[in-house]
Amino acid sequence: MHVPDGFINAPVSAVAGVVAAGAVAVSLRGARRELDGRTAPLAGLVAAFIFAVQMLNFPVAAGTSGHLLGGALAAILVGPYTGVLCIAVVLLMQGILFADGGLTALGVNITVMGVVTVVVAYALFRGLTGVLPRTRRSTTAAAFVAALVSVPAAAVAFTALYAIGGTTDVPLGKVLTAMVGVHVLIGIGEAAITALTVGAVLAVRPDLVHGAQGLAAPLKLRVDGALVDVPAAPAAEPAPAARGRSTRGVWATGLVAALLLAGFVSYYASASPDGLEKVAADKGIDENVKEHGAADSPLADYGVKDISDARLSGGLAGVIGVGVTVAVGSGVFWAVHRRRRPEPVAGALGSD
Amino acid sequence: MGAGHAHRLYRHGHSPVHRLPPHCKLVAVLGFVVVVVSTPREALWAFALYAVLLAAVAAVARVPAGFLLKRLAIEVPFVAFALLMPFVVPGEQTELLGLTVSVPGLWGAWNVLAKGTLGVAASVLLASTTELRSLLLGLQRLRLPPLLVQIASFMLRYGDVITDELRRMSIARRSRGFEARGVRHWGVLAKTAGALFIRSYERGERVHLAMVSRGYTGTMPVIDEVTASRAQWAYACALPVLALGVCLLGWTV
Amino acid sequence: MSRPARPAPSPEAAPSSGVAPSLEVSGLAYAYPDGHQALFGVDLTVRRGERVALLGPNGAGKTTLVLHLNGILDAGAGTVRVAGLPVEKRNLAEIRRRVGIVFQDPDDQLFMPTVREDVAFGPASAGLRGAALEERVMAALKRVGMEEFATRPPHHLSFGQRRRVAVATVLAMEPEILVLDEPSSNLDPASRRELADILRTLDVTVLMVTHDLPYALELCPRAVILSDGVIAADDHTQELLCDTGLMRKHRLELPFGFDPRSVAVPRP
Repeated sequence: MHVPDGFINAPVSAVAGVVAAGAVAVSLRGARRELDGRTAPLAGLVAAFIFAVQMLNFPVAAGTSGHLLGGALAAILVGPYTGVLCIAVVLLMQGILFADGGLTALGVNITVMGVVTVVVAYALFRGLTGVLPRTRRSTTAAAFVAALVSVPAAAVAFTALYAIGGTTDVPLGKVLTAMVGVHVLIGIGEAAITALTVGAVLAVRPDLVHGAQGLAAPLKLRVDGALVDVPAAPAAEPAPAARGRSTRGVWATGLVAALLLAGFVSYYASASPDGLEKVAADKGIDENVKEHGAADSPLADYGVKDISDARLSGGLAGVIGVGVTVAVGSGVFWAVHRRRRPEPVAGALGSD
Repeated sequence: MGAGHAHRLYRHGHSPVHRLPPHCKLVAVLGFVVVVVSTPREALWAFALYAVLLAAVAAVARVPAGFLLKRLAIEVPFVAFALLMPFVVPGEQTELLGLTVSVPGLWGAWNVLAKGTLGVAASVLLASTTELRSLLLGLQRLRLPPLLVQIASFMLRYGDVITDELRRMSIARRSRGFEARGVRHWGVLAKTAGALFIRSYERGERVHLAMVSRGYTGTMPVIDEVTASRAQWAYACALPVLALGVCLLGWTV
Repeated sequence: MSRPARPAPSPEAAPSSGVAPSLEVSGLAYAYPDGHQALFGVDLTVRRGERVALLGPNGAGKTTLVLHLNGILDAGAGTVRVAGLPVEKRNLAEIRRRVGIVFQDPDDQLFMPTVREDVAFGPASAGLRGAALEERVMAALKRVGMEEFATRPPHHLSFGQRRRVAVATVLAMEPEILVLDEPSSNLDPASRRELADILRTLDVTVLMVTHDLPYALELCPRAVILSDGVIAADDHTQELLCDTGLMRKHRLELPFGFDPRSVAVPRP
């Protein structure tokens, strides 16, 4: 779903670009915490993995096949910051090297497919793993739900952007229904593949799934073939502290992003005056066309941007704003709740 | 949905366009696309002029038209969307080829098709005349965060390696008689994806070790830098500046 | 554990008085974060200018030991010294300049977009720039016969060429000790021969981890066996390879038809 040039108008593309740049900047800082000095090679390799795995075809039926989008998978496997970075880099490279997705739409693409997918998937995943019993099965189930919701969430985000800055007034209700309908189907596929893949990684290297931690046993020395304890040596520390610490930042960022998003969306919703659509309908065709042209330009007045169904777009904005805020808010609650308890994650996973 | 990215666009050559510094080209293409997107859709002739400008660049770069056209296929999903517009968009109706279609819908379809196609064509020209390596140097020169450039650089360096691993795993599956035919085979494919992730991640760790072993402390040493002369900038900016002229005409005429 | 790990055979130990050994490992133990313990008290000393083969079955802990030599892994217990410098945080930059590790998979080692940049990475990280850097890079490439390939991306080279470039990336740092992890693996016989010729001309201390016993015999006068995370034997390579009981005990096998007695090798 790489949006090409000319689909979303210039001002909204620019705003999406700013949002994407901000998200990438936050992620760069966050990824350094998730991966310390290893950020560049690890994020690079994970990006290469996402890039490669998008080429893995999953046959559906009758000759059709789908492929992984990878946002939810990246979020769950390597964490939200690195996930956003990886998807953003993949999209950047696809745009520049393969002309896949317009250059002016890069911000839209990164915001929709990178930020929204990763943040929604990660929030849901952490929320669910917080409430569910800590077994491998429930981790996989959480991955399924997270991926399932993340894809239509991206579709909703795209529709919202289209409602604000679409270059043609396709009836939003129809767009939303079509987008969400199609993407729920895609989401089911994405969810199945993501959950199966996360399950496959959990089975072999549970420590690689973000958040799961390793166990440390005391060191032994082999003396004449027999194992003895190391005499009072400073024990090796697994140092998982950094990961635990970083979660609060994740949620703070998520919350701020959600609020910004909600504010941004409702600003536009309230800026579309009631009855605008009626005025537009009363106008002759020439004027109508001329107005389209103007609305398409960077000089367009945001306030009188023509939204054919103001009520619908307003309602839509409200739903999205509230929905995202509630999802992220409950995610924060669960994360904090979970952090207060001891976290024998790896033990539970390993013994399952 | 954009599968099959393995096809690289770069065409080796020595044209004046190939020789331009990468950051000039990146700026020029971005400028051009922004101008195109900002052009009013009714100025049909403006889009024709943009196409002529791109054709001229392609001629100077000796990129054959067929190559360029073939790559436009990437747009197909959105062409489908655009073709629906005349039928679903409300507004003034008109007759076209015996079908009742909406006028705003037609304009919308034209807008998306024209701008999208010009955008893809410009990107294809950039990618086909600029080596991967210099594109990264160009991004670095344009002050993209160094960490982001490093990640992109690692992604490109290991993209082939990992795609190769994926291909070998697929051959291994098929040589043992496995052919994925439907949903019930997803488990096996997902195991492949899981194994690929583990291999990629572990390779990332090994690469990091190799870097640390040679003194990496978190920043890449700058070994190469690209520079551009004023003449090269002027040459590269001819495209967006001409396009801007067309665009302004489109607004005033 | 047929015999206790005895000190290195040192008929020509003359220079060791005063000069610190290139490598001194004592009592080294290590467990991975997942709980798997790989090293159980390794003692090993390599004197300056020696070429030592590190032999052992799969899973003996050879790679884990190598990763301790430049401080990538922190010793769980015991110490590692390189040229007298203890491997610890404040010495890491110096240690990593002095210990050059050539990893098993050259794709892991060659992470930069071109050969030239890859060879330049180490010296450039150490602060070298401009003409001096260029000179160092070309000298290292010349020593492995790869100077014509400087501008090529690594993935366009053959495996043998990549291995040679990987050696060059380390040589460019002018290390005190060169550590090679399975240098002959996956090489065709000609590439294997060429690499041996290159390694023989190098005037540095060499620790070579390998399963390729004839290669060890050809290049290294001394060999140690790492087994179950400890040094199980330490002797002249020829004598080790001729001790069939010891060899069998540690799952080491000579290639079919190869008789280590029949080969004339340089004695230390």
